Amino acid sequence: MSAPTRPDSPVRLEALIGALKGRGILTEDELTARQAQTDCASPEIGARMVARAWLDPEWRRLLLSDGSAAAEAMGVSMAGAPPLGVLEDMPRRHHLVVCTLCSCYPRAVLGYPPHWYKSFAYRARAVRDPRGVLAEWGTVLPKGVEVRVVDSTADYRWMVLPLRPEGTDGWSEDRLAAIVTRDALVGVALPQVTPRTVAV
Amino acid sequence: MTPAEGTSAAASDPPGKSAFAAPRFEPGARVLVLDDWPERRGPCHIRTPHYLRGRTGTVQRLLGCFASPEDLAFGRPASRRALYHVLFEQQPIWNEGHCGDELLVEIFEHWLEPIEATKKAI
Repeated sequence: MSAPTRPDSPVRLEALIGALKGRGILTEDELTARQAQTDCASPEIGARMVARAWLDPEWRRLLLSDGSAAAEAMGVSMAGAPPLGVLEDMPRRHHLVVCTLCSCYPRAVLGYPPHWYKSFAYRARAVRDPRGVLAEWGTVLPKGVEVRVVDSTADYRWMVLPLRPEGTDGWSEDRLAAIVTRDALVGVALPQVTPRTVAV
Repeated sequence: MTPAEGTSAAASDPPGKSAFAAPRFEPGARVLVLDDWPERRGPCHIRTPHYLRGRTGTVQRLLGCFASPEDLAFGRPASRRALYHVLFEQQPIWNEGHCGDELLVEIFEHWLEPIEATKKAI
């Protein structure tokens, strides 16, 4: 469950916005622009970045060495956003992203975090029992794969570059992007070649 | 090795990186996270998770230099601090888990001590 919303939260938010505007720290236009930017961000951006990395080695290198530059190259404005780091899954290493302290999440390329990501249960359990968490998601890792939990505690925001699943040879970027879900981009799930995606 | 070498995130660093002194730790350095609890001394804002205080890990790489959240949270002038990605074995932290599983966490330099220096102190 997420932290309970306090009844006085909207009032406090209005008071905070009022104070920031009053002191000239924030304008209504800036607030609207940031809201619009956040609203238009979605996991489809992250999925596209992953699909391209599966197809283009040069893009993959850029994505892994400088996630923010890669996002900018996709047309995402990263001005003022925390730097984006990309975690490369390997045949023997799986990454799982959590923020135990709050809810740090790569919003610029994934949009708003889902409620479960902000829940006390996920935040507490992901670092202590990641395999239990993955099992509850129905995520089964091949034998011999080690889990590396990335606790997003400070200034970076992290996204996972999952392994390209077998059975996707010859697929287009669009078709590959369609199997990269939001959940796969933080590592609680793996991209699946389901009958539905095969039929596309 | 200069600060920029081996840190692929250098291009992502915010402006002002050049203003900070050479980082103390290189990739591969064994480090101890301070077993310090400023929470017990008064109001503070700490980005070092509880479960890592007093634990040993290995510096994976320097992520860059960032304004200290411990000052930022209180509106104080914030010094810029080196931020590292530090790798920990998961099992010793919880006394449970799967051998080989790891935790990778961002930790500021002032929370880290070199292991060798600690041994000498004891």
